[in-house]
Amino acid sequence: MAWLWQWHNAGLSWLPFLGMVIGAIVVLLIGLGVVTYEIYFERKVLGWMQGRIGPNRVGPLGLFQSFADILKLLIKEDVVPEKADRSLFLLAPVIAFIPSFMVLAVIPFSRTHVFTANLSIGALYYLALSAITIHGVMLGGWASNNKYALIGGMRSAAQMLSYEIPLGLSLVGVVLMAGSLNLNDIVSAQRTWWFVIPQILGFLVFLVAATAELNRTPFDLPEAESELVAGYHVEYTGFRFAFFMLTEYLYLFAMAGLAATLFLGGWLGPWLPGWLWFAIKVAAFIFFQFWLRATMPRLRVDQLMSFSWKVLLPVALLNLVITAVVKAWV
Amino acid sequence: MSQYFNEYLFVILFIALAVLLPLATIWIIGPMLRPSRPTRGKLETYESGVTPIGDSHVRYNARYYLFALLFVVFDVETLFLYPWAVSYHWLGKFGLVEALLFIIILAVGLGYAWRKKVLEWN
Repeated sequence: MAWLWQWHNAGLSWLPFLGMVIGAIVVLLIGLGVVTYEIYFERKVLGWMQGRIGPNRVGPLGLFQSFADILKLLIKEDVVPEKADRSLFLLAPVIAFIPSFMVLAVIPFSRTHVFTANLSIGALYYLALSAITIHGVMLGGWASNNKYALIGGMRSAAQMLSYEIPLGLSLVGVVLMAGSLNLNDIVSAQRTWWFVIPQILGFLVFLVAATAELNRTPFDLPEAESELVAGYHVEYTGFRFAFFMLTEYLYLFAMAGLAATLFLGGWLGPWLPGWLWFAIKVAAFIFFQFWLRATMPRLRVDQLMSFSWKVLLPVALLNLVITAVVKAWV
Repeated sequence: MSQYFNEYLFVILFIALAVLLPLATIWIIGPMLRPSRPTRGKLETYESGVTPIGDSHVRYNARYYLFALLFVVFDVETLFLYPWAVSYHWLGKFGLVEALLFIIILAVGLGYAWRKKVLEWN
């Protein structure tokens, strides 16, 4: 069975290739499964925090609620508005989805990096791909030929552009400490202590910028339902809408994986197996995002932009300089 | 060499799967399951139930135009800092001074944009 995950150094033949294909399909299934239960737990957690029960009808404890929702979306009519730019409208959700799945290719799920690539530029690969999703969102908003969608798409682009810089700069501190962009090497470099301790400033910047990149509360302006109805996906129905949602929740999973890998020691931890430690850290990050949603009110759009440029960017640069100076003398 | 090749082959497999999934669900399985009964009202642009006025493909004041320019500057800065961070432990103090100069020049640029009120959204 070793060929299943020992394809990294194997020569080119069918057995290692089959291992790769199975690995990629397993990651796809893990991703879809995680997204299904992220949605369920988001609704449950929000319910508990607001003194409600949450979904409890479909299956025991409502565990099959998300499957029912997916099935319902699959049999819903696919409406393309008459005035929309048809080809772009049809393509936009796919353009948004492709990079969201591709970023999972480098997240090291466990000690032996089973199923995932060991790229030497892992962190850069993640950032480069996640930037492509902006195009899908903006094209979707523009092609709908709808005022809400246009404003939502524009806001989303401005927000993702602005917060990508603090996100990228907060990673430089981690890269400085580990001396590598390879995510597996970064995990190994955290054996003495997790980078969240020496990089606490970088972690805080990362946390805020990641929440904004994910378009989650308090930074959910692109889909501020009280002003923009639903933002860039107002006109989308059925499975095309489902792909926008899938993109959003896959990124939540991937970002949680990235946070766990870069700052929380990835699969490192005593007693329990590596993949379980990784799962616990990912679950903690995802729960934190749901908790924020239940607690925080939404920011105003002008506060949002100036916060990124006037607070996060200087703090990220400061963190970078401090890390470099300390590392030069220690 | 074979390792390098294998890792990127794996990434290419991910592209293939990411294209296949929407293709299979939206374009192949979807049309077999979902109805298609377009009516005039359904195909109209949604504007909170009111009859839509005008078109949205108009000249639009993209507020974030200047943000986009700033984004390019700082994104390139980040891009230069990555290789510097990876090779920092053998660049030593010389690398530190060089990077500090680089960051200071860009920080002055940020300060200039700040003073000129480019960072306001109004």
